Amino acid sequence: MNTKVKLFGHELKNPIIPASGTFGFGYEFAKLYDLNILGSMSLKGTTLEPRYGNPLPRIAECPAGLINAIGLQNPGVDKVLSEEIPKLDKVYSDKVIANVGGHSVSEYVETVAKFNECEKVFAVELNISCPNVKGGGMAFGTDPKIAENLVKEVKKHSLKPIIVKLSPNVTDIAEIAKAVCGGGADGVSLINTLVGMRFDLRTGRPIISVGSGGYSGVGVYPVALRMVYQVYKAVSVPIIGMGGVSSAYDVIEMMYAGATAVMVGSQNLIEPLASKHIAEQLPRVMEELKINRLEDIIGRAHNE
Amino acid sequence: MKEQNLKVVSNKALNDSTYELVLKGGDINMSSGQFVEIKLDNFYLRRPFSVAKIQKSFLTIVYKIVGQGTKEMTKICENDNLSVLTELGNTFDLDKAKKPLLIGGGIGSAPLFQLAIEFNERGIRPTILLGFRNEAEVFYLEKFKKLGDVIVATDDGSFGEMGNTVSILKTKKIDFDCYYACGPMMMLKALAEYNSNGQLSLEARMACGFGACMGCSIMTKNGAKRVCKEGPVFSADEVVF
Repeated sequence: MNTKVKLFGHELKNPIIPASGTFGFGYEFAKLYDLNILGSMSLKGTTLEPRYGNPLPRIAECPAGLINAIGLQNPGVDKVLSEEIPKLDKVYSDKVIANVGGHSVSEYVETVAKFNECEKVFAVELNISCPNVKGGGMAFGTDPKIAENLVKEVKKHSLKPIIVKLSPNVTDIAEIAKAVCGGGADGVSLINTLVGMRFDLRTGRPIISVGSGGYSGVGVYPVALRMVYQVYKAVSVPIIGMGGVSSAYDVIEMMYAGATAVMVGSQNLIEPLASKHIAEQLPRVMEELKINRLEDIIGRAHNE
Repeated sequence: MKEQNLKVVSNKALNDSTYELVLKGGDINMSSGQFVEIKLDNFYLRRPFSVAKIQKSFLTIVYKIVGQGTKEMTKICENDNLSVLTELGNTFDLDKAKKPLLIGGGIGSAPLFQLAIEFNERGIRPTILLGFRNEAEVFYLEKFKKLGDVIVATDDGSFGEMGNTVSILKTKKIDFDCYYACGPMMMLKALAEYNSNGQLSLEARMACGFGACMGCSIMTKNGAKRVCKEGPVFSADEVVF
């Protein structure tokens, strides 16, 4: 079974990548299993300055997922480079994807540029779709012109391939995908979380401190598949598919829809070994479906 | 952290709203203050619970019905198997006290039972101050009495002293050097303001329970800390309420 896939010339041993925000900086999971089974990983969303994030509660449960409003809590890019990535490097030998959030074009540009010299990072994922940051995040990902301009500016200063993480909270995700590719994006990843709410049955107030948050989990999987399918038709850059993936079967379907690699998110939070199990399950599922080379199935759903 | 399949030994009501769940498993290497996360059928997230008693391969969890998940838990039957993440979070620091005072608010009294056991193992008999809303909510009273000198307070005075743990602490002369508290955030805040020489076991809504999601981070004087990872036990003088 050949599970290898290529992203921007970088070879991944398999397409399984824990999604940003569900895996910290990776090394804490190394106490549970050997991380080297994973194709890559996307690091916790990083900003120029350290951020505490939103007040608690930040989490609300749903029947088939959860709502989170973390608010990009992270130690800031300098600490990520000097402390977090070296810790990860000791337990994971492959290269990873940095994930960058921001409030302004200059903050994105500056933060992304800081990863230029970091060998551990083979690509930077630009989070323009975080629903939990006021005045930033998603505001960059819902207007095609603003998104295109941001990517253009970031590309001027980045030596790494740029993956733009897209928001599903738009009327036409393909339009945004085209816009960021127009700005020079090397790839896109989707979907980020869907904006959702829950209310406390006793008080009638929102459970999440800031009202709404991002909904993810198995419940969003069909929505994610449809959007990956749409975006594959619209652009020619590699797509990283995510949203509710919880098994190797989901990975295969996501690749049929058009994904070159697949991120596993919320499932890591309820089943700490989820990404490992999916990576282990993948060759068995390929055998069952008579798939010899995983790269052959990318976009199969679009075949006439 | 460990993911384990534990067998249900018993799941019985202690009073109208409080249940005791006893689980049996393989190797349980935990101390007071640490918590577990239980996966329930038909619920997406695991549920975090403090541990009332740890004994070789047995774990006792005392839980209160507060929502849909805990209501569903009352239906768990003997011999059911549950997926449980064990050995989560940090522990109480017993070295801080020669004359410990254990302060429990409602269901927050549960983890103090294991703490009282551990103090007894050190030959120390703690003072135990337990606060409940009313008599109907009191649990484990006789068991606590075997391990320490117990004072019970109820908000409505239906059992023990009338008042809450903080008002009792302020009015009664209790001889202690360090306190260990678990209960509602309001209680912990009032305690920390009154006396900073204590350890607080905090509660938070969590997604993962093992440090990955940042869903339960609180602010402390030493920066952001995760209730599930650096906590749940924090020094009373470090938490920023």
